[in-house]
Amino acid sequence: MPTKIEKDIVTGRDTTGHEWDGLKELNTPLPKWWLYVLYGTVVWAAVLFVLYPSIPGVNGYFRGVLGYSQRTAVNDAVRAVMAQRADTMDRIKDLSFAEIRKDPQLMAAAATAGRIAFANNCQPCHGAGGGGRPGYPALAAGAWIWGGSLDDIQQTITYGIRSGDEKAREGQMPRFGADGILKPQEVQQVADYVMTLFGDTEPGKDVSAGQKIFAENCAICHGEAGQGDREKGAPRLASRVHLYGNDRAMVVAQVTSPRMGVMPAWHTRLDEATIKSLALYVHSLGGGE
Amino acid sequence: MSRISKAERQLQLQREAAGDHLYANRVRVYPKSVHGPVRRFKWAVLIVCLGIYYLLPWLRWPRGVNQPDQAVLLSLWTERFYFFNLKFWPQDIYYLTGLLIVGAVGLFLVTSVVGRVWCGYTCPQTVWTDLFMWIERRIEGDRNERMKRDAEKVSFDLIWRKLAKHAAWLAIAFWTGGAWIMYFVDAPTVTVEFWTGAASKEVYFFTFLFTATTYLLAGWAREQVCTYMCPWPRFQSAMLDEQSITVTYQGWRGEPRMRGRRHDGAPAGDCVDCGACVTACPTGIDIRDGIQLECINCGLCIDACNHVMERTGRPKWLITWDTLADQAAKAAGRQTTLHLLRPRTLIYASALVLVLAAMTVALAMRSSVGLSVLHDRAPLFVRLPDGDLRNGYTVKIVNKGPNIALFELHTAGLDGAVLAEMDEGLGPAARLGLPVKGDSVGTFRVTVAGAPAHLVDGSQNIDFVLRNTETGEQTVYQSLFMGPR
Repeated sequence: MPTKIEKDIVTGRDTTGHEWDGLKELNTPLPKWWLYVLYGTVVWAAVLFVLYPSIPGVNGYFRGVLGYSQRTAVNDAVRAVMAQRADTMDRIKDLSFAEIRKDPQLMAAAATAGRIAFANNCQPCHGAGGGGRPGYPALAAGAWIWGGSLDDIQQTITYGIRSGDEKAREGQMPRFGADGILKPQEVQQVADYVMTLFGDTEPGKDVSAGQKIFAENCAICHGEAGQGDREKGAPRLASRVHLYGNDRAMVVAQVTSPRMGVMPAWHTRLDEATIKSLALYVHSLGGGE
Repeated sequence: MSRISKAERQLQLQREAAGDHLYANRVRVYPKSVHGPVRRFKWAVLIVCLGIYYLLPWLRWPRGVNQPDQAVLLSLWTERFYFFNLKFWPQDIYYLTGLLIVGAVGLFLVTSVVGRVWCGYTCPQTVWTDLFMWIERRIEGDRNERMKRDAEKVSFDLIWRKLAKHAAWLAIAFWTGGAWIMYFVDAPTVTVEFWTGAASKEVYFFTFLFTATTYLLAGWAREQVCTYMCPWPRFQSAMLDEQSITVTYQGWRGEPRMRGRRHDGAPAGDCVDCGACVTACPTGIDIRDGIQLECINCGLCIDACNHVMERTGRPKWLITWDTLADQAAKAAGRQTTLHLLRPRTLIYASALVLVLAAMTVALAMRSSVGLSVLHDRAPLFVRLPDGDLRNGYTVKIVNKGPNIALFELHTAGLDGAVLAEMDEGLGPAARLGLPVKGDSVGTFRVTVAGAPAHLVDGSQNIDFVLRNTETGEQTVYQSLFMGPR
């Protein structure tokens, strides 16, 4: 409350009457229309309070005369976008991969849909951009176990690997060590040989014993030269990239008691157009064949 | 609370009852029309400014097939800005930064030399207010007539004049709002679309918005904008000094004002205290109080005063353009010279020249090809079955030319690098041919595979070299090739 309004000698104006540690403020009055603009905004705020959800209560909140809800608005927007996309996604579903790739617009839509679906569903295991990690294949590297063509990838995503689905990709590796098919010493010998397939050859080391064991036990699936067999899901061993690691201990462990990973069948969760988009995306990561 | 006297308490209660001593009614300004060189110059500036504003969008500038033929077009939809022969892409946004710096420093320089001439002559607020006042005078008459009519009872005469004035204001405001839109969309097209109802919601909204702001700001708010809304008057004092030329009342010549002293023999100055300078002022101030925040430096008071000086047989230019330093010297009877070159103006001028030069050089050396290479965030690299490493990149090629062009991309710095484009299925090859449509950006997912001999901290430099096969223009982008640490 103003207590002491004085007249300022220099300007001839009143002071506001407030004083802070000897400092006084000149009263330079604002034009009233500024004040009315403020009142206008207050009225506007009151109108908004009535129109839109505003006041919280014990059992919910005042919903506003317009009945606006952000949740409904988002759902409507999502539905509208889905309806807008329906045509494109239908075409992705119906056309072949070759036809989709010929249409830049459709390809762009599929790439975007695939990228987003990948981030939501695949990334937790396969890593962002398909970088992979031990036990989860690096999709960008092209070290395919079951094949890297668009159709192969679509098949793998749709039905999975050892997923329990009846069309799933199935492949079993015997527990050579654990079930006594190979003696511990033989496991070590075959591991020595497999390491030469990796490219890590110790000069002068004799691996002929391992080579013989390999030819008798492993070559039937992994191939004479360790080139692998995609029909059986037997990984290529003559490679620098391996699912569970690149060292000798991994080879020994795998021959003794193999780990065989599982990938779920995605057709129960994703529609066909999304899976095809995913296949196109995964194919484009760098490893596509 | 300390005890206060009864009289003081009474005063206080009165003020509180009034309840509004912190707010004042707006004092209406009825500027009187003036004639003279300043007014004529101000009209000329107004005509040039408004002429440019209203007509520029209609200027055609042929650019070839499928290109807009509007000389100045800020096409937000297609993300291209056209200024005659220049075309700007969103990537060129720093020219806007440069332009704003030029504008700011230019304003500083002009203000430090000749005061707030921007405010007085070219500020849109001033220009449109001047135009609206001219219309007001045409319809409602000059100051005295308007004041008289406003003070009288409501009459038919008053009503039709007010209605006519506001109608004229709204028409001009509408033309102004519409012309604004024409800088963003093709002028003839949007004019037809506007009246056939085919224009977009945005066009109608912004036309309405700028119609409303022009009408309110130039018709109603006027000097209130300068005094209460605009920040410029608040910090102008940082650019002004005693050597800046501003509209000045020559107090040493004018004082003491001689109203009523003609016959009593007392010494008298040239100022006859007629108030012509006050009534002519569009912001309603008295220039004789000295330089002040409200003064927009328009100089209309000079014309008004000169007129009176002439009629009363005194030398003109009692109110003139002068510096504070010069005035002080003249008051003391000394002669001085103008100091246009002083540290402040030199610094502003050299900053202005520097920025202008930098912008000109940048504009002249602008490349028609742009290349940017973005290394994949994840994975940083992958190991291939044959032991090589592969990195993924997003390559964006900007083709500012009008036609489709084939660009050849290769890398330098990684021996035996093999490139492949994933989406289009190009490569693998040492050189990729990438086609990009005219006036657009091509985005490619490129992988580079190789066996780097030596990685420092898991990476090495790699250059992406892009050549326009048509023009031979070449651009290099430095990036990294990554691998295990």
